[in-house]
Amino acid sequence: MILDSKIPPGPIERKWTDYRFDMKLINPANKRKHKVIVVGTGLAGASASATLAELGYNVHAFTFHDSPRRAHSIAAQGGINAAKNYPNDGDSVHRLFYDTVKGGDFRAREANVHRLAEISTQIIDQCVAQGVPFAREYGGLLDNRSFGGAQVSRTFYARGQTGQQLLLGAYQALMRQVGLGQLKLHARQEMLDVVVVDGQARGIITRNLVTGALERHEADAVILATGGYGRVFYLSTNAAGSNVTATWRAHKRGALFANPCYTQIHPTCIPVSGDHQSKLTLMSESLRNDGRVWVPKKAGDVRSPDQIPESDRWYFLEEKYPSFGNLVPRDVASRNAKQACDQGLGVGETRLAVYLDFSDAIKRLGESKISEKYGNLFHMYAKITDENPYRVPMRIYPAVHYTMGGLWVDYNLMSSLPGLHVLGEANFSDHGANRLGASALMQGLADGYFVIPYTLGNYLASNKISKVTTDHAAFADAERSVKDRLDKLLAVRGGKPAVEFHKQLGKVMWDYCGMARNEAGLKHALQEIPKIRESFWREVSVTGHGQDFNQALEEAGRIADFLEFGELLVLDAFTRRESCGGHFREESQTPDNEALRDDENYCHVAAWEYKGVGETSALHKEPLTFENVHLTQRSYK
Amino acid sequence: MSGKLNFKLRLWRQKDKVSEGKFQEVEAKNISPDMSFLEMLDEVNNDLMRKGEEPVAFESDCREGICGTCSLVVNGLPHGPEKGTTVCQLFMRKFRDGQTISVEPWRAAAFPVIKDLVTDRDAFDQIIAAGGFVSVNTGGAQDANALPVRKCDADTAMDAAACIGCGACVAACPNASAMLFTAAKISHLGHLPQGQPERERRALRMVAKMDELGFGNCSNHYECEAACPKEISVEHIARMNRDYGLSALLGTERERGNTGAG
Ligand SMILES: Cc1cc2nc3c(=O)[nH]c(=O)nc-3n(C[C@H](O)[C@H](O)[C@H](O)COP(=O)(O)OP(=O)(O)OC[C@H]3O[C@@H](n4cnc5c(N)ncnc54)[C@H](O)[C@@H]3O)c2cc1C
Ligand code: FES
Repeated sequence: MILDSKIPPGPIERKWTDYRFDMKLINPANKRKHKVIVVGTGLAGASASATLAELGYNVHAFTFHDSPRRAHSIAAQGGINAAKNYPNDGDSVHRLFYDTVKGGDFRAREANVHRLAEISTQIIDQCVAQGVPFAREYGGLLDNRSFGGAQVSRTFYARGQTGQQLLLGAYQALMRQVGLGQLKLHARQEMLDVVVVDGQARGIITRNLVTGALERHEADAVILATGGYGRVFYLSTNAAGSNVTATWRAHKRGALFANPCYTQIHPTCIPVSGDHQSKLTLMSESLRNDGRVWVPKKAGDVRSPDQIPESDRWYFLEEKYPSFGNLVPRDVASRNAKQACDQGLGVGETRLAVYLDFSDAIKRLGESKISEKYGNLFHMYAKITDENPYRVPMRIYPAVHYTMGGLWVDYNLMSSLPGLHVLGEANFSDHGANRLGASALMQGLADGYFVIPYTLGNYLASNKISKVTTDHAAFADAERSVKDRLDKLLAVRGGKPAVEFHKQLGKVMWDYCGMARNEAGLKHALQEIPKIRESFWREVSVTGHGQDFNQALEEAGRIADFLEFGELLVLDAFTRRESCGGHFREESQTPDNEALRDDENYCHVAAWEYKGVGETSALHKEPLTFENVHLTQRSYK
Repeated sequence: MSGKLNFKLRLWRQKDKVSEGKFQEVEAKNISPDMSFLEMLDEVNNDLMRKGEEPVAFESDCREGICGTCSLVVNGLPHGPEKGTTVCQLFMRKFRDGQTISVEPWRAAAFPVIKDLVTDRDAFDQIIAAGGFVSVNTGGAQDANALPVRKCDADTAMDAAACIGCGACVAACPNASAMLFTAAKISHLGHLPQGQPERERRALRMVAKMDELGFGNCSNHYECEAACPKEISVEHIARMNRDYGLSALLGTERERGNTGAG
C-alpha cells in the first residue's frame, strides 16, 4: 500500500492558499443534497458540524454525551496558540511553524504544520466574533501568556477555562444550526461501527444509549472527531468517558492507525495518591509561567519545603535548560521529573513528586494577581489534596495526558478509507512525537472551522458517490457484528467488573510503555496484554441487558477495545527503536539523557494495518522530508 | 492519612422514566477519606457487580468540576454540602464516619429521570438553540483586536460564561426555574460588543423557550446561587430581566418578518 499524503506542490507558504483555489466547489443549492455524518462534538467535531451546516450541507452530528457541551474539550485549561504577534515579541507564522516542527521532534509533516500556523490567527478572530470571553488587558486588547517550547507569548486564554469557553463558542454555533433546522443532533448515541460500501465509508452503526436500540445511518461522507485514547493507560487526565472505540472500529474497517506509541505524558499533574483513583488531575502548563520546579538536593531529605533553604534546593529545569528554564517542552520536563525521582530526590509520601513552587511569584506579584491568573487551578488543587498551594508548594508528577498518534490522514484529513475523514485529537497529524502546550485546541479548531469545510467539498465534488440506503447488505452486516459483540459481552456473566481489567492493562502500559521504554519491557507487555484480554472475556461481569440504559455494557465495550488497541500501541513502541519526543527508548539517548533520534531509519510515519485480533498488524511507512526546517538534535539548553 | 470510613447510603433507584422509584439501602465500607464522592460510588457499584447485581446509574465525565455532567442531590442538596463544589470534586473526608447519606437525582419536571440518578437535561440545549449565541458564520471575522473590550466587561462576561450547565440551579429552586442558567448566557453575551445586535431578541427567545419547556418562575429565593458550583451571581438575573423588558418593549417590531431561530 502506498501512503499518499497528497501534499500540494509549491513553496510551503503558498501550498494551502493555492490548493484552496484549485479545489472543486459544490454550488450552494447542491450542498443540501449531501448528507454528512460527524461523530464527536468536541472542539473539532462541533466546529466542523457548525461550519458545514452554515455552508448548507445536511449535517448529522453524533455524541455519546448527553450534550455537545460535555465533550472532553471542555476540560482544557491553559490556552490556545496563535501567531498573532500582538505582544510584538518576534512571533510569526513561520516561528509557530518552526516551534511546532521542532517541538514535535521532527516527526510531523511540514506542510500540515505550516497550514496550522497560518490558520491559527483566523481562529482567534472567529472565536472573538462568537463572543468567547478571552482574557484582556486594561486597554481592552487581548492578553497573552507563555507556554512550553516557545520563547514568545502567543497563548490566548480565558482564565483557567480556555477549553470550556472555546467549546461553548463552537457548541453555541452548533446549537444555532440545530435551531435553524440545518443540523440534526443525535445525543446519547454511541458509534460502534463504520459501514463501508464499495470501498467508501458510507455510514455508521450507533447504539442509542437510552433504549439500547441499534441504529443505521447513511451519508455521503463520515467524519470522526472522537478524541484521544489516553485512557488506554487507565489513569490519565482525560475524562472518564474518553475512549478509543470509534477510531479502533474504523481501524478494523480499513483505516490505518498512525504512530499509536506517541503519547504525551504531562509534567504537571497532581500525583497518584491511592489505588481508588479513577483519574488524575492536570495542573495547567500555564502554571510554569510563574511556578518554579525543584527537589531537595539530598536524597531522603524529609524536611518540610519551607525548612529547606535555597542552597539545598535543586531547580533542575532552570539549571539544565537555562534558555527555556521551567518552560521546556512537556516531554523534557516530564523525563527530568522522573529522573529526579528515580535518583531518590522525590518528595511527598510516595516520593513520586516534585515541587512546583509559587512563593517567588507571590512575593513579586502578590497573592491576588496569582489568584486572578490561576485561581480555579489553585482551588482545584486545594480540594483534591487538602493543602493550600498559596502557602506550600504544589506537589506534581507526570501523567498521561494527550495522544499524538491517531488514525492516519492525508493533507485533506481523509483516512486511508475513502470518505472517512478524521479531525482533532483522533487523527495523527501536526504534532509529531510531542505536542506543544496550547496547540491541541488550535489544531482541533483549525481542522473543524477552516480545513474540513474546504477539503470535504473537494472530496464530494471529485468522487462518484452513488446512492446508498440503510437496506444495503453492508449495513446489515455491520449491525450484526455490533450486536454479536454486545451479546458476547453480556453472555460472559463472570464475577469481575470491567474496570479491574482496565486497571491491569493500565498498569502494564504505564510500567512498560510509559515515560521510558525498553526492548525487554515492551516484549513483556506484548505477552501480558493478550493474557489480560483473555481473562476479560472469561471473567468480566456485565450486568443487565442490551435493550436498556446500561452503563456497565458501555464501559465493558470500551475496555474490550482498549485491550485490543493497547497491543498495537506497544507494538509500535517496540518497532520504533529510536527515541523521539514523548517516545523515549532507553537504548537511544544522548550522553546527557536526551531523546536521541535515528533519522536514518525512523524518519517516517508508522501507519499500521489491521490483520485481526492477536495477529501482527502490517506496517506501512510514510517517509517524512524536511525542506524548510533543518533536521537537528533538539536542544532547549 | 486518616483511617477508613463506613457509610450507609440511601440510593435512589428508578428503572426508567415511567416507573416509580424508591430508595435502596447499601453499605459503603472501607472508604478512603481521599476518595471523591463518585469514586466512593464506583466502589459501591463494583461490589454490586461482583455480586451480579446491577450498579446504580449515575453520570460523570471530567471528574474535575468543569463538564457539568455529574448531577446528584446529596442529603437534599444539589452537589452536596460543600459550597462552590460539584459532586465529583466533593471528597469523603467531608463526611462523618458512620453517617447516613441519601443520594437522589435532580428533581424537576423539565429534567425527567432516565434511570436511577440520571436525568435528561436536553431542555438546556434547547434554550441555547433558541438564542444563546452570536449569529456569525465561520470566516470573514475582523481582527480579534479591532474591537477593544473594557476589562471589567470582559471579566463580568467570563464570570457568567463560567456556567457549566449542570442544572443544580434548577434542582435547588422550589419552582424548578431555569432563570440562573438562562440569565448567565444572556449576561455573558450581553456584556460583550459582539452580543449587542441580538441582545433583546436573544432574551425574548430564550425566555420564551424556557417557559415553553416547563421550567418554573423565579420567586427570588436565590437557592440557585447558593447551589451553583461555579457561584454564579443572581445579579445576572437582573440583567436578563432588563434585556427582556427592553425586548418586550421594542422586540416585537424588530421580530416581524424575521422568523426562524437564529
Ligand atoms: C485536562 C486537560 C487540559 C487540556 N488543556 C489544554 C490546553 O490548555 N490547550 C490545548 O491546546 N489543549 C489542551 N488539552 C488537550 C485538548 O483539550 C484536547 O486534545 C482536545 O480538546 C480534543 O478535542 P477533540 O474535539 O479532538 O475531542 P474531544 O473533545 O475529546 O471530543 C470527542 C467527542 O467525540 C465523541 N465521541 C467519542 N467517541 C464516540 C463514539 N464512539 N460515538 C459517539 N461519539 C463519540 C464524544 O462524545 C465527544 O463529543 C487538554 C486536555 C486535557 C485532558
Ligand atoms: S463530572 Fe464533570 S463536572 Fe462533575
